[in-house]
Amino acid sequence: MWIYEKKLQYPVRVYSRDLKMAKYLVAQYGGPDGELSAAIRYLNQRYTMPNPRAKGLLTDIGTEELAHVEIICTMIYKLTKGATPDEMERAGLGSHYAQHDGALFPTDANGVPWTSAYIQAHGDPVADLVEDMAAEQKARATYEHLIRLTDDPGIKDTLKFLREREVVHFQRFGEALDHVQRYMNSSKF
Amino acid sequence: MHGEQMKMLKKIQAVEFSATELTLYLDTHPDDRAALGDYNRLASELMELKKRYTEKYGPLCVFGHGKSEDRWKWLDEPWPWEIESEGGR
Repeated sequence: MWIYEKKLQYPVRVYSRDLKMAKYLVAQYGGPDGELSAAIRYLNQRYTMPNPRAKGLLTDIGTEELAHVEIICTMIYKLTKGATPDEMERAGLGSHYAQHDGALFPTDANGVPWTSAYIQAHGDPVADLVEDMAAEQKARATYEHLIRLTDDPGIKDTLKFLREREVVHFQRFGEALDHVQRYMNSSKF
Repeated sequence: MHGEQMKMLKKIQAVEFSATELTLYLDTHPDDRAALGDYNRLASELMELKKRYTEKYGPLCVFGHGKSEDRWKWLDEPWPWEIESEGGR
């Protein structure tokens, strides 16, 4: 089971309202390479992993990704808090207001709702772990785009933390892939 | 959230981050004895920090993982997304 902890993994500091940045940032909530995709991808793939290391790593990185969903949502909440319908419309969020008011909703940066079509599960540990490594690199690149789109030092700091986590996860998935391949070569798989 | 509570929470975040990093490392290096020692030291420190925080400010986790003395402090604000940044929102 999962236990919720009433704290963020990393502090979120936002200095001013910035609706445009919120619109871009939602890419990492409900976009193809976002944190929700990552969490569901890993937590779903773990069931058919062949060895304990891969099962453990997917469980633990999947769990960390859930904490990253919360960090992204907190940034979006703080960036949009108190915005009027008029301000939202001017920032390109008029259609979001029409359907969701000020609520959060997992979409990509263009407002396209999150879909499980963003993820895959082949039951083939090599195919799945290579997908996971690609996902981490795509998320890293997205964070670099987002860092360039803001001047807020608080937002930049948190995005840099999240970017760094993608790099670490990529490294760990690579080690798990290497181990899985050795495991498969040595067993009658 | 100000002062002592914020300071304690930041310390918990820092120690838990180190423990998280070591968890992922140990998943792919389970035989690294030095990392295992570091992990166990951090786990003890984290448990102690959370125990002290919970006694003062209420549970970080419920479902039986943290006590709430006197009253149900779980509902005390701010929730994590509501903690105001110094000089920010």
